[in-house]
Amino acid sequence: MALKIIASQCTVCGACEFECPNGAIRMKGDIYIVDPKKCTECDGQFDEPQCAAVCPVPNTCVKAAPAA
Amino acid sequence: MSSPVFSLEALVSAPISVDAMRAKLQEGGCSSTSCGSSAKPDEMPEDVWDKIKDHPCYSEEAHHYFARMHVAVAPACNIQCNYCNRKYDCANESRPGVVSEKLTPDQALRKVVTVANEVPQLSVLGIAGPGDSCYDWKKTKATFDAVSREIPDIKLCLSTNGLALPDHVDEIAEMNVDHVTVTINMVDPEIGAKIYPWIFHQHKRYTGVEAARILHERQMLSLEMLRDRGILVKVNSVMIPGINDEHLLDVNAWVKERGAFLHNVMPLISAPEHGTHFGLTGQRGPTAMELKALQDKLEGGAKLMRHCRQCRADAVGLLGEDRGQEFTLDQLPAQIRYDPSKRAAYREVVAHERGDHQVNKQAVVAQLRALGAEQTLLVAVATKGGGRINEHFGHAKEFQVYEAGPGGVTFVGHRKVDSYCLGGFGEDATLDGVIAALEGVEVVLCAKIGDCPKESLEAAGIRATDRYALDYIEAAIGAVYAEQFGRRVTDAPLMLSA
Ligand code: SF4
Ligand code: SF4
Ligand code: SF4
Repeated sequence: MALKIIASQCTVCGACEFECPNGAIRMKGDIYIVDPKKCTECDGQFDEPQCAAVCPVPNTCVKAAPAA
Repeated sequence: MSSPVFSLEALVSAPISVDAMRAKLQEGGCSSTSCGSSAKPDEMPEDVWDKIKDHPCYSEEAHHYFARMHVAVAPACNIQCNYCNRKYDCANESRPGVVSEKLTPDQALRKVVTVANEVPQLSVLGIAGPGDSCYDWKKTKATFDAVSREIPDIKLCLSTNGLALPDHVDEIAEMNVDHVTVTINMVDPEIGAKIYPWIFHQHKRYTGVEAARILHERQMLSLEMLRDRGILVKVNSVMIPGINDEHLLDVNAWVKERGAFLHNVMPLISAPEHGTHFGLTGQRGPTAMELKALQDKLEGGAKLMRHCRQCRADAVGLLGEDRGQEFTLDQLPAQIRYDPSKRAAYREVVAHERGDHQVNKQAVVAQLRALGAEQTLLVAVATKGGGRINEHFGHAKEFQVYEAGPGGVTFVGHRKVDSYCLGGFGEDATLDGVIAALEGVEVVLCAKIGDCPKESLEAAGIRATDRYALDYIEAAIGAVYAEQFGRRVTDAPLMLSA
């Protein structure tokens, strides 16, 4: 499981990138993306997903729908 | 006045020739006995004066001569304020936090060097949003380190909400940051909860009163830590009518006790189209006179700053102007070398000029005291800098407002206007806007004004004149005041010599 970033809402502030404990977030072109292979949902590391907690825009770092 | 007309603006208009600047300096000669005298106000300690004398934001006096630039390198933030919307990005807006491009530290270095080469008034590099310079610390530090290697005498300045500052205060001290601005809008967490919906601290998001309490504690700690390290602190507060306007009296007392050197109360800016929480919920900002009334009440606490322009976070130039759009990324050279000669020459010129200005100012104070009149007079001035009346009425984008009274002439604020004359036409609607912006002002002094706007102003009860074109601001205002309120000691009205 992983989180993803809704690109259309993201302000590209970069806060999520440097809070992510697993280096799962990086810039791709003009937008930030989450690498689902690296994202652990911060499980066992923090009480809540760090990217979602720091993001200034509500509902921008959200759970990705599980792959079918 | 009889001394040679000396316009700083002429010296720095492009292309700038250092020789021309030097020649001008010689030609100005040393007309007064003030040559080399310092402009330091009497009540200020020497070490503080040394830190602020070239800083346009910290010294009202310096803002006539020196320019600042901001680079937006630290966009990440750890709190949310109800007056901020980081999704908003605009080239034409002028307010804190607004930028048209975010920069990497390398791009910022290129930009700062380009500006230093072209704008000799540059003395301060600030990092002031969007985002928080202390939270997004790596980028702030990388930028400051790179720039101070290239331009060692540039003053570094950062603005922060204070939440993350205690984690970096020792690095800040080591980097020779002389000044820090902390935005503090409350000391009561109940009030804070109405301003800050959440904060992010030690890997957790906090909301409500708990969030505001943590923020408050960290802000007070920041002030104390900075003071202990001898770093000057300016506190910015946003005045939000009905939420913290009265409360700012308490804030002023708290921050003064913790050694804040200046308190800058700024009006809330909230239009619905900015998309901020306050903008959308119809929270209004204060009027110019409400702001002045609060500032007058605060006088006597921590020293007040009245010349803040609430600049964009990528502003470049003197405080009343913004040349940011001349230095966007696409206009910067790929390779650039710092050339210190223009800044050095400009400093020499200014050292001379501001000494004269200060002596002149003190003379005005003495003369107004001697008059013994008790009235006060609000005067608006159109200026391009250098402490002189040297802007056309129609070109002014703002007026600087001074109050003349028995104690002398003091700066009380500025009023932004849409320039009356764009490309030679005067628009009546704009003029109405200018008149509205000049609420409370009785006299306008400018370098030039046409008959038409003059009559309209007069009809609105505002006298406008270009009689004092190119004079020092204080001298001209003193003369106007004396003319209006001077007692006739002898047959002749008391005259002020400029
Ligand atoms: S949930 Fe945690 S691990 Fe996943 S991207 Fe966000 S910060 Fe990184
Ligand atoms: S914190 Fe939110 S707004 Fe900022 S870059 Fe990450 S997803 Fe975008
Ligand atoms: S926003 Fe105010 S304090 Fe900051 S640089 Fe502009 S005038 Fe100075």
